[in-house]
Amino acid sequence: MEMKVVNIRIDGKPYEAHEGKSLLDTALSLGLYIPHFCYHPALGSVGACRLCAVKKFRDTNDTRGRIVMSCMEPVVDGLIVSINDPDAKAFRAAVIESLMTNHPHDCPVCDEGGECHLQDMTVMSGHNYRRFDFRKRTHNDQYLGPFISHEMNRCIQCYRCVRFYRDYAGGRDFNVFATHNNVFFGRHEDGTLQNEFSGNLVEVCPTGVFTDKTFREHYTRKWDLSNAPSVCVHCSVGCNIIAGERYDTLRRIMNRYNGAVNGYFICDRGRFGYEFVNGKDRILSPRTRDSRDLEQAEMPADQVFTALEPLFSKDRKIMGIGSPRASLESNYALLRLVGEENFFHGISGKEQSLTRAALQFMQNSGIVVPSLKQVEKADAVIILGEDLTNTAPMMALAVRQAARNIQITEALAKGIPFWNDLPVRELAQDRKSPVYIATPVKDSLDDVAERSFRGTPAGISKLGFNISSVIKRQAIVPGDNDDEIRNLAEQIARTLLKAENPLVIAGITCLDGNVLNAGMSIASSLLSLNKKVMFIPVLPESNSMGLALMPGKSLDDAADTLSVQGTDTLIILENDLFRRADEDTVANMFGKSGRVVVLDYLNNPTARAADILLPATAFAESQGTIVNNEGRAQRYYKVLAAGEGIKESWQWLNQVSGIRSDNVPVSPGHFDDIVASMVTALPVFSAIKEYIPDADFRMLNAKVPRQTFRYSGRTAMNAHRAVSEKRVRQDPDSPLAFSMEGRRESPPSSLVPFYWTPGWNSVQAFYNYIDHPNGSMKGGDPGIRLIRQAERVNSGSFEMITGYFESEGDGWLIVPLYRVFGSEELSSAASSLRQLVDDPAILVNRRDAERLNVDDGDSVRLETSGKRLVVKVKIENSLVSGVAGLTVNLPGMNFVDLPASGEILKI
Amino acid sequence: MERPLTGHIKKGEAPPGFREYYRAGGYNGTIKALKEMTPAGVTSLVKASNLLGRGGAGFPTGVKWSLVPMEGENIFPKYLVCNADEMEPGTFKDRLLLEGNPHQLIAGMIAAAYAIQAGTAYIFLRWAYKKAERELRKAISEAYREGFLGKNILGTGFNLDIHVHTSAGRYICGEETALLNALEGKRGIPRTKPPFPATSGLFGKPTVVNNVETLSWISHIVEKGADWFKGLSLTGTGGTKLYGVSGRVKRPGLWELPLGVTIGEIINEHAGGMHDGYAFRGVLPGGASTDFLVEEHLDVKMDFSTVAAAGSRLGTGTMIVLDDRTCPVAFLQNVEKFYALESCGWCTPCREGLPWVEKMLSAIEDGKGKMEYLDILKFHTSYMGPGHTFCAHAPGAAEPLQSGLRFFHDDFKRHIEEKKCPWK
Amino acid sequence: MLTEEEKKEILEEAELYPYPAAACIDALKIVQKHRGWVSDESVGDIAEILRMSEDEVDGVATFYSRIYRRPVGRNVILICDSISCMIMGYKTLYKYISEKLEISFGETTSDGRFTLLPVSCLGDCDNAPAMMINDDHYNNLTVEKIDELLEKYK
Ligand SMILES: Cc1cc2nc3c(=O)[nH]c(=O)nc-3n(C[C@H](O)[C@H](O)[C@H](O)COP(=O)(O)O)c2cc1C
Ligand code: SF4
Ligand code: FES
Repeated sequence: MEMKVVNIRIDGKPYEAHEGKSLLDTALSLGLYIPHFCYHPALGSVGACRLCAVKKFRDTNDTRGRIVMSCMEPVVDGLIVSINDPDAKAFRAAVIESLMTNHPHDCPVCDEGGECHLQDMTVMSGHNYRRFDFRKRTHNDQYLGPFISHEMNRCIQCYRCVRFYRDYAGGRDFNVFATHNNVFFGRHEDGTLQNEFSGNLVEVCPTGVFTDKTFREHYTRKWDLSNAPSVCVHCSVGCNIIAGERYDTLRRIMNRYNGAVNGYFICDRGRFGYEFVNGKDRILSPRTRDSRDLEQAEMPADQVFTALEPLFSKDRKIMGIGSPRASLESNYALLRLVGEENFFHGISGKEQSLTRAALQFMQNSGIVVPSLKQVEKADAVIILGEDLTNTAPMMALAVRQAARNIQITEALAKGIPFWNDLPVRELAQDRKSPVYIATPVKDSLDDVAERSFRGTPAGISKLGFNISSVIKRQAIVPGDNDDEIRNLAEQIARTLLKAENPLVIAGITCLDGNVLNAGMSIASSLLSLNKKVMFIPVLPESNSMGLALMPGKSLDDAADTLSVQGTDTLIILENDLFRRADEDTVANMFGKSGRVVVLDYLNNPTARAADILLPATAFAESQGTIVNNEGRAQRYYKVLAAGEGIKESWQWLNQVSGIRSDNVPVSPGHFDDIVASMVTALPVFSAIKEYIPDADFRMLNAKVPRQTFRYSGRTAMNAHRAVSEKRVRQDPDSPLAFSMEGRRESPPSSLVPFYWTPGWNSVQAFYNYIDHPNGSMKGGDPGIRLIRQAERVNSGSFEMITGYFESEGDGWLIVPLYRVFGSEELSSAASSLRQLVDDPAILVNRRDAERLNVDDGDSVRLETSGKRLVVKVKIENSLVSGVAGLTVNLPGMNFVDLPASGEILKI
Repeated sequence: MERPLTGHIKKGEAPPGFREYYRAGGYNGTIKALKEMTPAGVTSLVKASNLLGRGGAGFPTGVKWSLVPMEGENIFPKYLVCNADEMEPGTFKDRLLLEGNPHQLIAGMIAAAYAIQAGTAYIFLRWAYKKAERELRKAISEAYREGFLGKNILGTGFNLDIHVHTSAGRYICGEETALLNALEGKRGIPRTKPPFPATSGLFGKPTVVNNVETLSWISHIVEKGADWFKGLSLTGTGGTKLYGVSGRVKRPGLWELPLGVTIGEIINEHAGGMHDGYAFRGVLPGGASTDFLVEEHLDVKMDFSTVAAAGSRLGTGTMIVLDDRTCPVAFLQNVEKFYALESCGWCTPCREGLPWVEKMLSAIEDGKGKMEYLDILKFHTSYMGPGHTFCAHAPGAAEPLQSGLRFFHDDFKRHIEEKKCPWK
Repeated sequence: MLTEEEKKEILEEAELYPYPAAACIDALKIVQKHRGWVSDESVGDIAEILRMSEDEVDGVATFYSRIYRRPVGRNVILICDSISCMIMGYKTLYKYISEKLEISFGETTSDGRFTLLPVSCLGDCDNAPAMMINDDHYNNLTVEKIDELLEKYK
């Protein structure tokens, strides 16, 4: 949206501003603080709290002026306002005084204390003397599940929670109840919040009503945390996060603003999945066993290299298996150690070929690969085969916002600016920009969908190819297309053609090549008509895209190679193969390997099967680069000291490479040296070196401190071990220091360890790090796009492979269903999140269940791709007949190769 | 004296049925509008009449209608809403019109809906008005039967449905945008303005909200013209007005009088003056959300601008009289408690300010007040003033308080100094 | 569970609006008309029939003062406590009724016969003090009239 620049005056000074924006937004962009509560950049203005009052003057002759709410005041040329006007100031102080009449005086014991927006605003507004001498209103608190604590008495009724939860995130099990000063924010009864984004309440709430329950269990004041910029490792979206540490444990995850990716929010998997880092499943020391029939035993640290030496000597045949959840640097260190021809990606052949196909399309077709921010701007969306809420939650949230675009456009046409939240919603009522969803099973985005199509992967791809054909004005794809598919395809094609910013989201996680091809086919048909079109795939893991950009073969190839040639040493990087191939295959691979070395941090079945197990660091203890599904390389930094003897995988691997005389370690072996070596060897990554500050980066000769200047206890916190103060931990690999000293003013955007500026202790300090609310981080949003839009359009053509995964005869078609809580390996080891993981289940519709003579909760035996497993039945009527959905990748579940046909038998 | 609005209402008798009212010419204006006039013609006639809204704010009705888009994309459906919520303490004027002559309202609504080309109208009715509901429903079904509602009314091609929606309580639902939310089945929180309902109203569509008394005029004005209407008032504002008086007067009640009669005339002549043994101390001239006027104001003419000039508002024209045997502090405590409880809870000054005000007033009344409370109370009257809050609820509450603090300052002081209510 | 009659009435109301949720308040009132108050279970039933969540229905239900979310007696006495009735002495009325029935505002007699509630202005200001019992208005009340009046409600 182009906006005219106009001249306004604030407190006598001239400023340039964008016409039509709100005055509050404008002031905050200019670095002028106007206190506020109910306004939130992502939620817009509603004029409820009345704290953002300023004085507005008619013209230069007007000396009296009148109080207006800056959040509701559109910027127009010649606007004259005063923030410092005495009346305005007195009014703002009065608003705080009002709110304080009921607010408890529990700051010293309140979880929010020290990072409380209300504290900030109270100080900023200057109210300090209490005149109210009556009783306060009180409320009961609710149990809201394992993530969120509720303390309603602290509520200042800004309505942000309910606006985020309901209006922004689409949650329906939360609301505001009652009226006058008795309004209550919560659920209609105690119970776990159902929305996957509930954790954002912690940051959206300006006081301590909603706080992080997991943080509470090992609470620390904000100023006592060490923090580091990090990137979420729980899906392929790559949300930016701030990780906080105290006493060598990871204490919490907070959002880190990235205007192009996650903005102000993250999902609950990302926020609460961190507990695995502190969990009991960590591998804390090297382990080994002399023979496979023995149990692993702990190995003294000084013997590790003696043990490894014979396994990696030059005469040994070695093979390496990388990982889509390990960093580029670790994968590269492995690749370098074993050589390109012996490097395997550690993902199935199917997954690899799908990911690569998507990648090629993104690189060569000329398509626009959108950031999440661009996803939010789409005016028509088609989602094929991907249950976004469960596989890439924040992308689902972005699509939810995209569905609102029509409201914003319609309102604008009536002169209602986009930030004027209530009128925009009232005008449009429930009208939505077109979103079409084609998935096997009902989807949490269905409520914003114009139409949802339910079908088999084959049905979904048929729909997709039909859309593509209609777009290209080709005949409908021959075959047994029913009318439903044909009509729907016509409708969707028409919508996409009409749209200015259409977006195709295609799933890889449904593991059906036709579905992805159909998505690419739609996109390329639009491209061939010179339409601007966006395409983005959802990939299974945090660094799936990074891995795809590297050379290397698949896990199937590894199994084949092993079965033919065997190897002396097999080294597996941060990868539980049992999640990716069936037990027999993995057992065979181990059988054909002389010794198996595993590097990992969670004690999974693969780790337990290792001959030598090397303890690696989890993300919070490591530095690394991962590439998200849009091809954005992002770096995370360590916040935590790993235990004695635990190393980052790339360090292990680099050191091991010294054992092979033809392969000296990268020297001197700092992180940047590995990166330098990587970009030389693999030029696709060369942009990384240019853009992300290296360890030598300094601001005025100082590193960026991970700690606030109020950090306390440094001299005392280790006193029970030694009375003299320990030297602060050194971090030769990054420009961040484990200390409170250093320069904290405006570090490069990718190095921001926490938000703080004078006057802003709350998360709201983010205003000072972004160029304007909802804009970019100052200096550009973190991350580097490795995939650039191709200039030449070469979209290729895509064909439907017929007969692919149709259910055969009377058998069932079993499709994989993912669960936001449970299907991702690392977060499932988090104790709070684990409480929300359901048992494995097979979902069928009611009629099919009746056919099987089973009911909800009955156990059945499922036989598919040579597997037999016993699971519980769950009735899910959105599934089409003959299709059963198996929840996959849940903790303790064996690998099942899906989609596939299968048998379900009553037991 | 002409009494166009109440002329057909007979105390203790059932309201006129369709036939009766029709024969009396009650629907003449409606028929004329639909058969002989363009929608724009009706609007400009109403504009010319200078009919000012009778719901309290006194906004010119014709101007309000003319803000409704008449051409362009996506303007239909449009809605007309009759505000029959009437929940302000001391206000009971619409009740008479609803119970006494529902056909007059329906006739007016048909003409109004025609003017803005609304196809659906809702009557948002106060929950307690059970009799009015019965009479309205009866009258509406008669109007359907007689072809004045439904499809193709009087063969003109104009369609209109009228639905009665009974409220579930809450004074704030009388605020026209909160009312729209309530009609949409939502929490009755007021809406941001602008945009005004005329552009984005009920279900996001162009909507006009008018008071019962306002709408009851329309058919008369169409029939008899703007000049006739203007001539009815004493001050040229236009029309008669329903005036009511409650409190310790001899004959509390409701009268249709020309706009512009004086306060004194209404209280002393129509209401018969103060009850024996009671003396007049002050009056809220237009309902509980208007400033006190006192003895010296008895000559003030009851029309919009004159009452405003005297420092209060005409409001709904229903007066509440404060007598000398009622404690003004207790009076205000009662009023402010009402406002505190009826706050919708959306904006801070209202939600938090009113309970504080009420608590201080209670404390003073109970002999536990402090002098400092008078300053805090005074401060609240501007803190909760117009423009400072999201809607006009809290500013309405501030009006009697600010003038009460001024006119009854000595009474407040005595409460605090004597540590008790002198009236107890 | 909603009765067939309740369902029918609710669906009829829903017909009058562009989408079912707009009939939420009507639905609450219908249920209350039949049952005296709206239980948690009814909130759930209304949610289902209007395709809303329970939280949505309850957010609305708790906003409106004339929706009862707690059980009430067979007869509900609403005494107007607003300004005109205050001037005209509602407090005496309240005191009398309260002592007679041995309940205060917000309470129900032990035999479940009466619930006593304060109410904002009933629009009977010219005939104050006023009150309602169930759907019936009474005004110009004096303590003397109360006994006989209450007798009408069993
Ligand atoms: C708190 C509040 C309560 C109101 N209550 C009523 C009401 O009960 N009846 C009414 O007609 N107008 C009421 N109004 C005024 C309406 O908002 C609106 O101005 C009126 O219905 C417009 O009708 P009119 O133009 O015919 O006067 C209220 C306003 C406020 C701020
Ligand atoms: S002034 Fe504010 S809180 Fe009060 S009723 Fe209006 S919007 Fe609601
Ligand atoms: S931020 Fe402007 S009113 Fe709350």
